[in-house]
Amino acid sequence: MCPYREIEHTADWSLKVWAPSREALFVDAAQGMYALAGARAAPGDEERHTIECQAEDYEALLVSWLQEWLYRTEMLGQVFEGFHIDRLTPTRLSGGAVGRPARQLDKLIKAVTYHNLKIDATAEGFETTIVLDV
Amino acid sequence: MAIYKQAFKRIGDYVWELGTNYNSNMRVPVRVYADDALLEDALRDASLEQAVNVACLPGLVGYVVVMPDVHQGYGMPIGGVMATQLPDGIISPGSIGYDINCGVRLLGSRIPLDAAEPYLTDLATALYRNCPSGVGGKGSVRLSGAELDKVCREGARWALREGYARKEDLQHTEENGQMEGADPGAVSARAKERGREQLGTLGAGNHFIEVEVVDQVFDPAAAAALGLSEGHLAVQIHCGSRGFGHQICTDYVQSFQGAAKRYGIHLPDRELVCAPFNSPEGQSYFSAMKAAANFAFCNRQLLAHLARESFSDVLKGKVPDWDLHQVYDITHNMGKVETHEVGGVAHKLCVHRKGATRAFGPGFAGLPDDYLPLGQPVLVPGSMGTASWVLLGTATTMMETFGSSCHGAGRVMSRAKAKHEVRGEALRQELEADGIRVRAGSLPGLAEEAPTAYKDVDHVIEVVSRAGIARKVARLRPVAVVKG
Repeated sequence: MCPYREIEHTADWSLKVWAPSREALFVDAAQGMYALAGARAAPGDEERHTIECQAEDYEALLVSWLQEWLYRTEMLGQVFEGFHIDRLTPTRLSGGAVGRPARQLDKLIKAVTYHNLKIDATAEGFETTIVLDV
Repeated sequence: MAIYKQAFKRIGDYVWELGTNYNSNMRVPVRVYADDALLEDALRDASLEQAVNVACLPGLVGYVVVMPDVHQGYGMPIGGVMATQLPDGIISPGSIGYDINCGVRLLGSRIPLDAAEPYLTDLATALYRNCPSGVGGKGSVRLSGAELDKVCREGARWALREGYARKEDLQHTEENGQMEGADPGAVSARAKERGREQLGTLGAGNHFIEVEVVDQVFDPAAAAALGLSEGHLAVQIHCGSRGFGHQICTDYVQSFQGAAKRYGIHLPDRELVCAPFNSPEGQSYFSAMKAAANFAFCNRQLLAHLARESFSDVLKGKVPDWDLHQVYDITHNMGKVETHEVGGVAHKLCVHRKGATRAFGPGFAGLPDDYLPLGQPVLVPGSMGTASWVLLGTATTMMETFGSSCHGAGRVMSRAKAKHEVRGEALRQELEADGIRVRAGSLPGLAEEAPTAYKDVDHVIEVVSRAGIARKVARLRPVAVVKG
């Protein structure tokens, strides 16, 4: 089953994500964001990227993690896949992904917002809903 | 929690109020400008719940104003205005939005539609070719760090010095195209990195350049004073501060998360994060916001220059006068320090407008001399393929809405539903069949902006006009649309 789903939002994009662990939730959120943006990679050299984020809680880390990939997409013209989280604490994150040249990107995501953002623990793991400004 | 219409008290023909008794955390009421139908539209999404959240912020005065084109956004609804008391009230980056100084520029002409008709397809192609657009679009102007700092401080004045503007363009731009007090030192290196190659670019999403014809004039004297004549072409440019502004807002929404806690501010939604206006954090954001605002004024100026070049490329020698003159340039995502009367007393306020246009009435400071008797032009783009409007600010806005009016048609359909119901290519063909040339970088993006996803702009304007928060001057009909 796809671990994310676009849900109704009048002006922006809203992405509901669920996963068995927080680490998987971060990975699925990044995958979902690129899927929503209609990202397609072109054949070309792969580039491995690692990132580290520091923030005051898990929600802020999630925003920073997603924002970091958007920034790299804009600056490098790459789209990302193969996301992984190596370390996740309540205030720090390290992880990475593989970047390839963007062949197609249907939509510009301006920002990842904090709007009603909360990572909830569920019986199956964790879930959250992220609103992206487009 | 859903809000029901019964919770609102009708306090005027087109004004509804939700009192502070609705929610014990509300510090001021919410006032919605709407008729029955538009209020019911607003109740279908979370717009008014978002307005209630805004009304819970500290330091607000009067009431939260909600425009007839309101729709759900993030944090503050799009079509919302809030005013905070200075010097102690708050400033909220997320309530101004990521696209700082997203706005609209209108250029008028003396080109009759029938004379230009044979060349409109070429004109659409030239605009699409000359005005960089789409995701990751880079501009022809690459700025050094020092030049970007000058753009931050000088806004459209930088463009004037570099030969991309005329003096009268700046005179017909809100703030004369330059907000005083911008500080590039308050802008992150990352924002500057994003901004360096994006000056003179349109971007994507709902941003566009449109060639229009003045379809109907409601106030011939005012239209003439603005340089608009029935049957003549006009050009509308809708865009903002690009990645530069997006990054500035992102940086401050993030850093304010800790600041709000330090100042003991309870937030109903973390996107509404704020700090006292006069705090070091508040002042730092305000000076960075002004840098983004100046970048956006300069960005639209460069696009206007490219539009003029496109008109010259295509129409020179084919029509008697192919020039484009600037009618006005407005911002609809901005925080500004202004003085307004509340309860009969003048207050210095920080007015946050998110998806709302400043609409000062006749005689108020801040208007160009030639528009002083008229009031501020309010430029209201419709949805793609439908009419846009030119209005003027009124004395009523100064008394009721912190000098503000609406900014667009307002969405009613989610992007997800629009993508599901509308096919970009079919929409493009429909628009072409209606005589609207379309150049778009992304067909799925085009589908999300389908006219059916928006309210009827003519209905919104009728309510704005009847409520007295702007008056009609002219209606514009699109003949060519360029989108990223």
